[in-house]
Amino acid sequence: MTFNRKHLLGIRELSADEINHLLDTAETFTDVSRREIKKVPALRGRTIINLFFEPSTRTRTSFEIAAKRLSADAINISVATSSVTKGETLLDTARNLEAMAPDCIVVRHSMAGAPHHLARMCDAPIVNAGDGSHEHPTQALLDALTIREYKGSIKGLNVAIIGDILHSRVARSNIYLLTKLGANVRVAGPGTLVPTEFADLVEHGLHVEKTIEAAIEGADVVMVLRVQRERQDAAFFPSMREYAIHYGLHPNHLERAAPEAIVMHPGPINRGIEISSEIADSSRSLILDQVGNGVAVRMAVLYLLAGGGRDDSDEGKERQQKNGKKNRKVSKA
Amino acid sequence: MKLLVANGYLIDPSQNLNAGKNLLIEDGRILGLMDRSEAAPEDAEVFDATGLMVAPGFIDLHVHLREPGQEYKETIATGAAAAVAGGWTSICAMPNTDPVNDNPAVTRFIIEQGQRAQLANVFPIGALTKGSGGKELAEMGEMKRAGIVAVSDDGRSVSTAAMMRRAMEYARGFDLTVVDHCQDSSLSAGGVMHEGRWSMILGLRGMPSAAEEVDAVRDCVLAKLTGARVHLAHLSTRGALEAVRRAREIGLPVTCEVSPHHWSLTDESVSEYDTNMKMNPPLRSADHVAALREGLRDGTVDVIATDHAPHHLDEKALEFDESPFGITGLETAVGLAFDLVHQGVINLERLVELCSTAPARIFRLGDRGTLRSNAVGDVTILDPQFEWTFDVTRTRSKSRNTPFDGRAFKGAAVATIVAGRVVYLHPEFAKITSSKQSELAAGR
Repeated sequence: MTFNRKHLLGIRELSADEINHLLDTAETFTDVSRREIKKVPALRGRTIINLFFEPSTRTRTSFEIAAKRLSADAINISVATSSVTKGETLLDTARNLEAMAPDCIVVRHSMAGAPHHLARMCDAPIVNAGDGSHEHPTQALLDALTIREYKGSIKGLNVAIIGDILHSRVARSNIYLLTKLGANVRVAGPGTLVPTEFADLVEHGLHVEKTIEAAIEGADVVMVLRVQRERQDAAFFPSMREYAIHYGLHPNHLERAAPEAIVMHPGPINRGIEISSEIADSSRSLILDQVGNGVAVRMAVLYLLAGGGRDDSDEGKERQQKNGKKNRKVSKA
Repeated sequence: MKLLVANGYLIDPSQNLNAGKNLLIEDGRILGLMDRSEAAPEDAEVFDATGLMVAPGFIDLHVHLREPGQEYKETIATGAAAAVAGGWTSICAMPNTDPVNDNPAVTRFIIEQGQRAQLANVFPIGALTKGSGGKELAEMGEMKRAGIVAVSDDGRSVSTAAMMRRAMEYARGFDLTVVDHCQDSSLSAGGVMHEGRWSMILGLRGMPSAAEEVDAVRDCVLAKLTGARVHLAHLSTRGALEAVRRAREIGLPVTCEVSPHHWSLTDESVSEYDTNMKMNPPLRSADHVAALREGLRDGTVDVIATDHAPHHLDEKALEFDESPFGITGLETAVGLAFDLVHQGVINLERLVELCSTAPARIFRLGDRGTLRSNAVGDVTILDPQFEWTFDVTRTRSKSRNTPFDGRAFKGAAVATIVAGRVVYLHPEFAKITSSKQSELAAGR
C-alpha cells in the first residue's frame, strides 16, 4: 500500500487503507525525535513552504520542525508580513511562490476551500494545515496516532468529542477518520454549537448527544475542543462561566467514562474553561503526546507528498500523472 | 416595414392560441394572423419559421446589467446582446447599479442606453428606498414618469417590516409592483451557501431556508395589510412557495418567480468550492428543488426569470467566502426551461406563459407578452428539439461566471424579433430550417 495522492486536502476523501498507511509511516518517524541527531536525509534538497494566513504557533512550528528533521529547507510565510497586506490575492501569492519551485506548500487559511483553490491553480503539492471550519487532516492523523499508541487499535472504541462542533475543523476531520476506522463517535456541546443534523455528516458511527454526560458515558477517549471566545459575542452561548460549568470537562465526568479513558485536546487549551486544570495536568491527558506525534505525522505527510515513498509501478505512475495534472494551458515554446 | 413570420406554430396562451398560422408584423406592431394558404403581402419580408415554435417575445423580469458604475462586468449593450441570444425580447434591469437607480436621471440613462443598443427592450426597475439603504423612500413617482416598470431593493432585503409596509403603500399609489428579495438578513448573516448537510461537510456558513420563508410570509401578510401588489423574486424554497399558495388561496395579489439554476442544481454542486455555484439565494437541497419543480407544474410559480448576475473573472477567482454571489443566465435559461418540457414537468404553453404572458401581466406591460393585433411585434422563435452545447467562450455577455459551460441542452431560442426587426439569428439557423423543411417534405 502506498499513498498516491498529490495533495492532502482532507480526511473525508481518504480510504481506511490510505489512513493506515499514513499512520504506519508516521510511526516510523516517531523514533527520529528521540535521537540525539534528530535528522534523516529523506527530503534533503527539497523546499517546503509554510503559507499561513491564520496565526498559529504550534502547527506551523510542528511543520517546520518536521521539514527540518527530514533535512528539507523550510520557509515560513505568515500573512501579516506578506504582500497580502498590499492587496495581493491568495492566488497571486501562491503563484509567485510557486515560481520559486517549492516541493510542497503547506497552507493554513481562515476560509474553507482555500487549499482546494490552490490545488486547482498550482503545480506544487498542497497540504491543508486547516481551512476555516472545514478540515485539519494532520490534526486528525496525529490524534489517531496517539489513540493507537495508548489503545492499540481504533476499531470499536467509543470516542466522545465535546465542545464547539459546528465551527470545528478538528471535529470534522476526526469524525471522518475515526468512523472510517470503525470507532463509535458521540458529539455533544451547547445546542447552538451542535446541531442535531450533524449526525448526517457520515453514514454510520456518529451520534449527536444532548448532554456531554451522555457522550462521555463509557467513552474510551474524550476529546475536548477549544471554546472560541468570539462565538460568545455572536450569541452562541451566554458566558464563559456558563460554558465552564455546564460544558467544561471536570474530573467527575471521567468517572462515567470507561476505565483507563484518555483525554485529548488539539490545543491551545483554555485552562479552567473547556477543560479543568486538574484533568489537563493529570496522567490521563495526552495533550503533550499529541504535540509530539504531530511532528511525526507531519514528517510522514511531507515525506509521502514531497518525494520518496512514491509508487514507481505503472499503475502508480499513471495515478500520479492524473493527480498531478498541470493546470496550465500555455506551455513554453 | 412588413415582416411575415411564416410556417411556424404559434403558441400564445393569452389568446388560447396553438396553431400553425402565419404572423404579420407591420411597423413594429402585430397586424394579425394569416392562414398559411394566404399569399404574403408583396411588400413583406418573409421570415421562414418552418417547423419552429413562434411565441410572444420572452420577457425577463430580473437581470443585473451593471451599468452605470460596474461596466467592467457588463454593460447595458452587452447584456442586451446576451438577452436576445437567449431568446429574450425584453429585460428588466434591477436598480443595484452605482449610483443606484433611485432617481429619474439614472432611470432615463438606462432607458437611453437600452435604446442605443437596439437589441432587447430594456425596462428599468427603480429602487424602493434611496440608495437601497432601507431608510428613506425613493422617488417612485418621478421614476415612474421616467419609465420604471416596478420597484425593488433587490440585492438587499428590506430590513424592517415597517419599512416594507411603507414602501408597499407608497408604491400602490403609482400602481407599481414591489419586487422583494426574500431574505431575513439576521438569519442568513454571513452565509455563503444553503444551510444543510453540505454546508456542514464543507465547513461553510449556511443560509437556512427559513430566512427566505420568514420574509416570504411577512410579505404576504403585508400584501394583505396594504393591498399592494408584491412579486417575490427568485424563490428557492418549499416554504416560500407554500406561503404563496396560501396567499393565492385567499386572493392576495402575490406573484413569484423562479430562476433556472434553482430547479437544475442542488447544494451538492458546491462540493468542489467552485464559485460558479455561489449565488443568492443559494442552490438548495433536493427537497427544495423538487418543490420548485412542483410549483412550476401546478401554477404556483408565475414566472421564470434569470437573475442574470455577471461578475468579473478576478472576482470569481477569489476564495469561496470572498467571492461575490451570482451567475449569468440569459443565454442558458431557455435551454434549462426546455429541460422541464422534456421531463414532462411543463408543456410548451406553460413555458410561454412563464416566460412571456405572465411577466407582461405582472409588470403591466399591456401590449407585450401576447400576439394579439396591435401588440408590440416582439416575437421569440424556438426549436424545442435543437441539440446544442453551451460554450462560454462564445457568450455575448462580458462575464463568464456560469456553472453551465459545456453543458448539453435540447431546445433553444433560434431567432429573436424585437419590434418587427430580427435582432438575433442563431448561427445555425439556416441549417435548422432546412432540416425542418426536409423533415416536412419526408412527410414526418
